[in-house]
Amino acid sequence: MDRNFSEEVAHVSRLARLELGQDEKEQMAGQLQSILGIAKKIQELDTSGVEPTSHVINLPAVLRDDEVRPSLPVEQVLQNSPKRNKDYFQVPRITAVD
Amino acid sequence: MGRYETVIGLEIHVELQTASKLFCGCSARFGSEPNTNCCPVCLGLPGSLPVFNRRAIELAVTAALALNSEVQDKSRFDRKNYFYPDLPKAYQVSQYDQPLAKGGFLEFRDENKSRLVNLERVHLEEEAGKLIHAGESILDAEYSLVDYNRAGIPLLEIVTKPDLRSGSEARLFLENLRLLLLYAGISDCKMEEGSLRCDANISLRLTGSQELGTKAEVKNMNSFKAVEAALNYEAVRQEKILNAGGKVDQETCHWNEETKETIPLRGKEGSSDYRYFPEPDLLPLVIDKSLINKLTALLPESPLQRYQRLQEQYGLAESEVQLFIENRELGDYFESAAKKYSNYHNLANWVQGDLLFQLRECGCRLDQLLPDHLVEILDLLDSGEINRPVAKELLAESLRAGSSPRDLVAKKNLGRIADRDQLLPLVNQVIAENPEAVENFMLGKDKAIAFLVGKVMALSGGRADPGELNQLFRELLKKKNGCEANGTS
Ligand SMILES: [Zn+2]
Repeated sequence: MDRNFSEEVAHVSRLARLELGQDEKEQMAGQLQSILGIAKKIQELDTSGVEPTSHVINLPAVLRDDEVRPSLPVEQVLQNSPKRNKDYFQVPRITAVD
Repeated sequence: MGRYETVIGLEIHVELQTASKLFCGCSARFGSEPNTNCCPVCLGLPGSLPVFNRRAIELAVTAALALNSEVQDKSRFDRKNYFYPDLPKAYQVSQYDQPLAKGGFLEFRDENKSRLVNLERVHLEEEAGKLIHAGESILDAEYSLVDYNRAGIPLLEIVTKPDLRSGSEARLFLENLRLLLLYAGISDCKMEEGSLRCDANISLRLTGSQELGTKAEVKNMNSFKAVEAALNYEAVRQEKILNAGGKVDQETCHWNEETKETIPLRGKEGSSDYRYFPEPDLLPLVIDKSLINKLTALLPESPLQRYQRLQEQYGLAESEVQLFIENRELGDYFESAAKKYSNYHNLANWVQGDLLFQLRECGCRLDQLLPDHLVEILDLLDSGEINRPVAKELLAESLRAGSSPRDLVAKKNLGRIADRDQLLPLVNQVIAENPEAVENFMLGKDKAIAFLVGKVMALSGGRADPGELNQLFRELLKKKNGCEANGTS
């Protein structure tokens, strides 16, 4: 396996907070290599003068009026909270300093 | 000139003044009970879809126009991906390479000079939730609490070019930016409530060099004063490193308000690898010319324009103009009164002096005294119908009672007493009660007259005509002197 792709998988999985086993890493590196290979192939096309497409629907965004609507009851908001503290979500400490 | 030049660029975030959030109808109000303004959209629950708030777009465009930034007819929204508990979706909807507006500048006065700071861009994004750290600070918190009420409130990001050269200049820029945004009704700009925030990039370079040095990013500055202090601190810190032959690390620091120092934050996410990509749930934002024309026409006078106009129109002193710019309500009040009173200098004196003083004294609001009523008081004073002490009293009284000063003068009998028949008994009483002062005057001490006049003023509740009194005393005492002189000869 290409070392570059292994590093890339390590980097991306860290950003995505995914813990991968060694076999998964190898599998992902292979898949990533082939996906990027296709992207590279596409990049060979001459697209100068073609506006990049970010959306397939060629319409502008719709706007709504600035009116307040009812929100969810707080019980429902916190329903999926892994750890609740009063009416807050509780999360582990965030930043470390050295 | 120092060996190094400080180079500062700012990133300012302001919450837009809307009723609802950017992509959903949840209330954008500050200070609600935790997690009560949340819905599937702003919590990022599966299957929900965002829809733009028209008002937020209009405010963002207005801000861009006020900042001379070029509004793009088509802009795009992107997902900025990172894991942080204040971000329920694990991405923030922001704008990356196609922002709402590009370039721009803010012009303001630095003492007597005009200063221009260029902008990189102005873009729209969504606010994150609010974290409350258990413990002394973010650094030693055991855990954190999250309130998502703020998540999804429309947030405007303004990025300057690295045009600022010192902490104090950064502060001055921010003060002027805040005024501009307040005037244009974009945001309430309350740093203490977090509706205006500022991060700074700061680096040093050899004076004269065009190349930028390695920069540090400073965060967590909770007031304009803190911005100034943090940047001054950081400039000195970097200078020491460079002077010792070291290298400044590209890092993010937190300003610690307690210890007044910047602390490097580590363990931060693979720093700038946000893997932006176009937000598939939002179509491109198209701003047509007609909206720009409409909003341009609605742009209010900027603080700088107002500064120049107040100076030209009324010939006010710089300090007065500055006060009326910073306290817009007071400036409006002055202008409203100035329509009916043409001694602008006197009017400005009263507004910034006695009026402000009385407002503080009684804890009243400015709208409790009609500008017309202040003008009435000044007219009464100018025409000699009342004395200055009475005018001050009248100001306090009208402010409390909300009634017309002219009515109060009539009702409470506050008019000036210039009638000799009315003054004479008071004058005689004072002469009788103050033999020493009378004696002094007789001996040629002219100042004694002022003392005697003052006594009558007090007796009359400030109403007696001081000019008339002065004359009356002189006549009476001269006569008296003459009698005594005759008697002894
Ligand atoms: Zn919502």
